[in-house]
Amino acid sequence: MDVTTLLILLLIGAVATLVSGDKLASKVALLFSLVAFGLSINLLLQFTQGVDVSFVSNWIESPKVALALKADGLSMAMVLLTTTLTPIIILSTFGNNFSSGKNIYALILLMAFAMVGTFLAADGLLYYIFWELALIPIYFIALIWGNGDTEERKKAVVKFFIYTLAGSLFMLVGFAYLYSKAGSFLLEDLYKLELSNGEQFWIFFAFFLAYAIKIPIIPFHTWQAKVYQKAPTVGTMLLSGIMLKMGLYSVIRWQLPIAPNAAKEYMPILIGLSIAGVIYGSIVALRQKDLKKLLAYSSLAHVGLIAAGCYTLTADGLNGAVYQMIAHGFVIVGLFFAAEVIFRRFETRKIKELGGIRSQASGFTSMFMILVLASVALPGTYNFIGEFTVLYSLSQVNLWYALIGGTTIILGAYYMLKMFQNVMLGETNTKVFKDVNVSEAIVFVAIIGFLLFFGLYPKPINDLVNPAIKEILAVINR
Amino acid sequence: MQVLISIVSLGVFCLLAEVFNLRKLLVPITVIGLLAVLGISLNLWSIDSSLDTQFSSMIATNKFSSAFSTLFILLTIFLVAMSDDFYKDHPTKFSDFIAIKLFLLTGAVAMVSFTNLAMFFLGIEVLSISVYILAASERLNVKSNEAGMKYFLLGSFASGLVLFGICLVYGATGYFDMGEIYDLSQGVGLPVWYPIGVALIIIGMLFKIAAAPFHFWAPDVYEGSPTLTTATMSTLVKVAAIATLYKLVSGFSVTIGFKVENIIVVISILSMTVGNIMALRQKNVKRMLAFSGISHAGFMLMAFLNISTAANNLLYYTFAYALAGISAFAVIIMATKNKENENIENFNGLGKTSPLMAAILTASLLSMAGIPIFSGFFAKFMLFSDTVKVGYIVVVIAGVINSIISIGYYFKLVLAMYTKDSDSSEHNKPSGYYLYSIVAALSIILNIIIGVYPSLVTQLLK
Repeated sequence: MDVTTLLILLLIGAVATLVSGDKLASKVALLFSLVAFGLSINLLLQFTQGVDVSFVSNWIESPKVALALKADGLSMAMVLLTTTLTPIIILSTFGNNFSSGKNIYALILLMAFAMVGTFLAADGLLYYIFWELALIPIYFIALIWGNGDTEERKKAVVKFFIYTLAGSLFMLVGFAYLYSKAGSFLLEDLYKLELSNGEQFWIFFAFFLAYAIKIPIIPFHTWQAKVYQKAPTVGTMLLSGIMLKMGLYSVIRWQLPIAPNAAKEYMPILIGLSIAGVIYGSIVALRQKDLKKLLAYSSLAHVGLIAAGCYTLTADGLNGAVYQMIAHGFVIVGLFFAAEVIFRRFETRKIKELGGIRSQASGFTSMFMILVLASVALPGTYNFIGEFTVLYSLSQVNLWYALIGGTTIILGAYYMLKMFQNVMLGETNTKVFKDVNVSEAIVFVAIIGFLLFFGLYPKPINDLVNPAIKEILAVINR
Repeated sequence: MQVLISIVSLGVFCLLAEVFNLRKLLVPITVIGLLAVLGISLNLWSIDSSLDTQFSSMIATNKFSSAFSTLFILLTIFLVAMSDDFYKDHPTKFSDFIAIKLFLLTGAVAMVSFTNLAMFFLGIEVLSISVYILAASERLNVKSNEAGMKYFLLGSFASGLVLFGICLVYGATGYFDMGEIYDLSQGVGLPVWYPIGVALIIIGMLFKIAAAPFHFWAPDVYEGSPTLTTATMSTLVKVAAIATLYKLVSGFSVTIGFKVENIIVVISILSMTVGNIMALRQKNVKRMLAFSGISHAGFMLMAFLNISTAANNLLYYTFAYALAGISAFAVIIMATKNKENENIENFNGLGKTSPLMAAILTASLLSMAGIPIFSGFFAKFMLFSDTVKVGYIVVVIAGVINSIISIGYYFKLVLAMYTKDSDSSEHNKPSGYYLYSIVAALSIILNIIIGVYPSLVTQLLK
């Protein structure tokens, strides 16, 4: 068995969901995503026992493109992040009643398919195809099932689409250039290329546009907050939990090893931009009145720190970035879900109109509290390990980076706790707030369980990721 | 030649069918006939007759001509199939329209298999005259008359240029035969009117493919013509003209004081940019696709910069573009049936009223915009990659920027279908719904198949 099984299963799942009809769709989608989760665990077990689950086959003769799917520790970690979060995200929609539900669930699975493909692809063009393919489902999810005024939503979503497509097209030109040099798109052939510094600069820059828009890094972030706010929560979860990790993953997998000299030369600018995102995101988050927008900006701050970790080019930085990607993926999905739970009951996301929920729903309050604490990297949660490793790596490069980047924790604690105070505490709300139901509780417990378990025992993830990062670092420092 | 003869006889049969009262069976018979022709064409695949002198060296079958003829026949099958419903209101002229479509195909096939400039001119005229008639075929519609007249006047002017160019080339070389002309042009000492003649022929062809700055006729003609004719023009005619242009450019070797490629760069970038920017402002979908076609002409011209891979890239691009075009137009015909115009508002709420149609139109627009897994992506990618190889990065960057702009107007249609509500209350499926869906679905499926297995098409010329 190799990784293609997982891809095929997700694709079949998408089709099966589409034909199952509106009523059954959510259950069929959940079933397929759970099977995919089981399958990926199975693949992981095989992988850790040393079985090669990669897949290579010829696809197109001219231009020479191969169906190359590479499973190493890094891609397996990201695939598992996707396959774990997908069932959680699908389960989190059980309280929603989507019109023409079969379409949205099929799109979710299609997107999972594309994202898993992106994480596995070891051929430039195949990777690009998956990368673009992931964009189409989220476009429709945000466009059709989003909330708020249609005209505004349309503007936000189209802007998002055009931005991301524009970035990736430049990456495509970069790949076309690399192909003309290497005669192949295979990752290993591209790693072997000896590019001059000038060439590396242009390749790096072309890739940077694609990734900086996707992650997003300042000043390419302008699409983000609006789309997070306007998209349905399930779309926001997919975007913030998994899709933006595609950009961060690609930095580690494609950008740094192919153009290492450019990365070294421009390191201060890259880290500077990323950390600027941290400060900017945190400060803007302080002033948000909309719960979802606040979380969007907090996400901007956190991924800024992850990007900074990637661009340190140190083992700790890259490892920490991967840990933090996983941790952030879970916690942000949990936080957006909390916002959705509140919205389901009060039909508002304005922080001012909330408050006084704690006395009515103690279960929900404690789960929300744990998520908030995890997001500000309290020791004992997995986020602490990620954030700490990244900050440590930054301090190795330059202490100032770590000091400024560290404000994410302080500012984060400030705006997150303030938000929690305004949303949950205070005088009992006049409106009735029912505590979480079973499916909502399962979502929270799964996320919190994951974060706490690996927060106390991070070794399995470290053992999985570290060797792969070591290999990539060897290529970067060749 | 066998292909040409069989298509013509099929056309004549269509005219006669009227006499034998076969009107109802005409479309099925023609489609079956065309499938048979397709078989003949594929059967002749391995034969390379470009060297022998049969038919007085007028015409030759080789892989290039067979591959493009196959595409033309395929497109004609789709177009004829749609005619069944489209010309329902013109029962008396039904067989004429089908026959004209077949004659148009004859012209197209002649244009990609000529070896003699006389045959080339014959092909281009047979094709053009058929299109003039089809453009003006809605006799009582002022716009259709205007379209036909405009196209005829400007088109015949372009034909005049081509003819004049042929005369100059003949004057310079003393031959109509492409092979002889090529051999002569390799040496030195051809008089100055040889390059002038070549330039005139090429300008005439640029007019036919509607590349800027020879594109001004396209929007009006596309908008005024009956939609099925617009579909024919934007798929079959454009594709045939670009293939012919390739044959001409690779057949004439011109050495003048400066690099010819620079002209291609300018025309290509100009066409892409003008087409896309104008398309952004259009409300009428047919007009919008006319401008989008202009920008696609610019993309196709990009292929000429790397002439060694141009044939392959053009073949793939034309396959991708034409198949997406057919499915898009099938949906447009269906959606704007019984409507006064083809404005975007007529597509409001199509995502709800007929989801299949909306999905197909979205897919074909995504293909035109160059999103993977649709074949439009590979078409653009191969162009970009081969143009980067010969060092014209500027054109590629312009192409990329234009691809981004094009999203703006393609998505206008997608947004209308999915985010607005339909204002008309009737939700009945219009007549011919199944026919159009089958054509559209088949064509988009073919598009996706060659997107997933590009080798199917790229191997054809190997």
